[in-house]
Amino acid sequence: MSTGGASARPTDEGAAGPLYRVTDLVRTFGRGGRVRALDGVSLDVQRGQRLGIVGESGSGKSTLIRLMAALDRPTSGEISFEGRSIGDLREPQLGFLRTSVQPVFQDPRSSLNPRMTVASIITEPLRSVHLRAALSAEETRQRLDGVLRAVDLPPDAAGRYPHEFSGGQRQRIAIARALAPDPAVLIADEPVSALDVSVRAQVLNLLSDLVAARGLTLIFVSHDLAVVRHLCNALIVMREGRIVEQGAAEQVFSHPVADYTKALLAAIPRIRT
Amino acid sequence: MSLLQVRDLTVRFGRRRRTAVDAISFDLGPGQRLGIIGESGSGKTVTALALMGLLPETAAVSGSVQLAGRELVGLPDAAVARLRGDAMSMVFQEPMTALDPTMRVGRQVAEVLLLHAWRRGESVRAQVIDMLARVGLTDAERVAQSYPHQLSGGQRQRCLLAMALINSPDLVICDEPTTALDVTVQARVLRLLDEVLSVEGAACLFISHDLAVVSQVCSDVLVMLDGRIVEAGPVSRLFTSPEHPYTRGLVATARIDEVPPGQRLPVVEDFYPRQESR
Repeated sequence: MSTGGASARPTDEGAAGPLYRVTDLVRTFGRGGRVRALDGVSLDVQRGQRLGIVGESGSGKSTLIRLMAALDRPTSGEISFEGRSIGDLREPQLGFLRTSVQPVFQDPRSSLNPRMTVASIITEPLRSVHLRAALSAEETRQRLDGVLRAVDLPPDAAGRYPHEFSGGQRQRIAIARALAPDPAVLIADEPVSALDVSVRAQVLNLLSDLVAARGLTLIFVSHDLAVVRHLCNALIVMREGRIVEQGAAEQVFSHPVADYTKALLAAIPRIRT
Repeated sequence: MSLLQVRDLTVRFGRRRRTAVDAISFDLGPGQRLGIIGESGSGKTVTALALMGLLPETAAVSGSVQLAGRELVGLPDAAVARLRGDAMSMVFQEPMTALDPTMRVGRQVAEVLLLHAWRRGESVRAQVIDMLARVGLTDAERVAQSYPHQLSGGQRQRCLLAMALINSPDLVICDEPTTALDVTVQARVLRLLDEVLSVEGAACLFISHDLAVVSQVCSDVLVMLDGRIVEAGPVSRLFTSPEHPYTRGLVATARIDEVPPGQRLPVVEDFYPRQESR
């Protein structure tokens, strides 16, 4: 990842440029922009990169990825995906992003509709207006079987409901849903924070296998540096809407520069005997 | 003599008598810190609720729970209610749901005091402010005047801690008190809990799925699996040389920072095979 100045940037921002380019992004909330959730953030995300975004509640990390997933619009600044500015596109024009960027949310208890079967949850993205013409019923079924296998759920899971599964399995269902439209980018917002420590390892192993096997670009948000270090090769640390440190994950982890990063590292709970 | 003595505590739910807690026994001495570790569904929260007498009527509790020599199982609810918040108290996981959103937190802390230890002529307000200050809230006056939504997660959890400690209980049960918090806030709250428990001399039963967190606060640990205690011992032994394969799996999954980045993380099933993956 680099955040070089404008002069260093390539003029052609199509296939050769970074996947995401974020420049001076600002998002404010409240009357008169009282709350500056994002306060001038710039970063590039390259294809195939595994970017970790770390920060506490209120640091702006979720706001940033909501903008990257085009679930929200910036107050000012530029955000482009595959060389196309997405900050001011209307929903019908966002099809190219909706099919290739998929989210996985924090709590599978609330992100999965309890009244839908696993099969209809997972295939729902395939019924999107952007894809509807593209897949036959047979292709949909194959896609469903494929992603269920990919996340290591039994084939008979398809006909069951979310409440019949444990927390870790439910997060696998959420990951399967994200994989169904065959995305290029996975945006995961604290995907293991709601899980037991003992289940966390399974989901992290699964994520890193899937990212490697499918050549995905991963954007992974967490407040836990140890988890991010394990999964990501690049890292940004956010605080109060700004990036306070960035670099290669291992570099930031072993040689943090910002005091805030050092404090985050010191706070990781370790087994004390 | 032990403060809390649990013998063959069994909890079953519903008409089909599904066993949530299966004949567990343990002791807790005065001022001792005991952790209960287990995954979701292992019965650790049900154990805590059984001790506090907070289980719903669909639960059938058997066995024996003695607090300072007094039997709690089978005691009428009115009698247990007199102990709750006084001799024993509880800190819940999610401070936003444990606090009443329509009441200023100062009043909520005062409520616990008024129900039990308050004597005519004492100033409730002074005691509440003093307690809030003791749990590390620097502007206790302002916090007491605030509604829960005006406070941060860490401040809310400190308020819950103040409610749990204001009557100087002998036993404080903490059910995942820091799971909903950020790591930095968690570290501060754990340090505070450690200090306050020492100062007040209260015994603590600390429930968590996170071994690292338990090791920060407790001297001894119980490991629960499917409603049973599979291993028990001091933190120093259990985390360095666990005997039960399930405990070994738990310890391995908690040591994520010891695995080189990019390598496969160990999972519990590597050590303790189960029928269904979680």
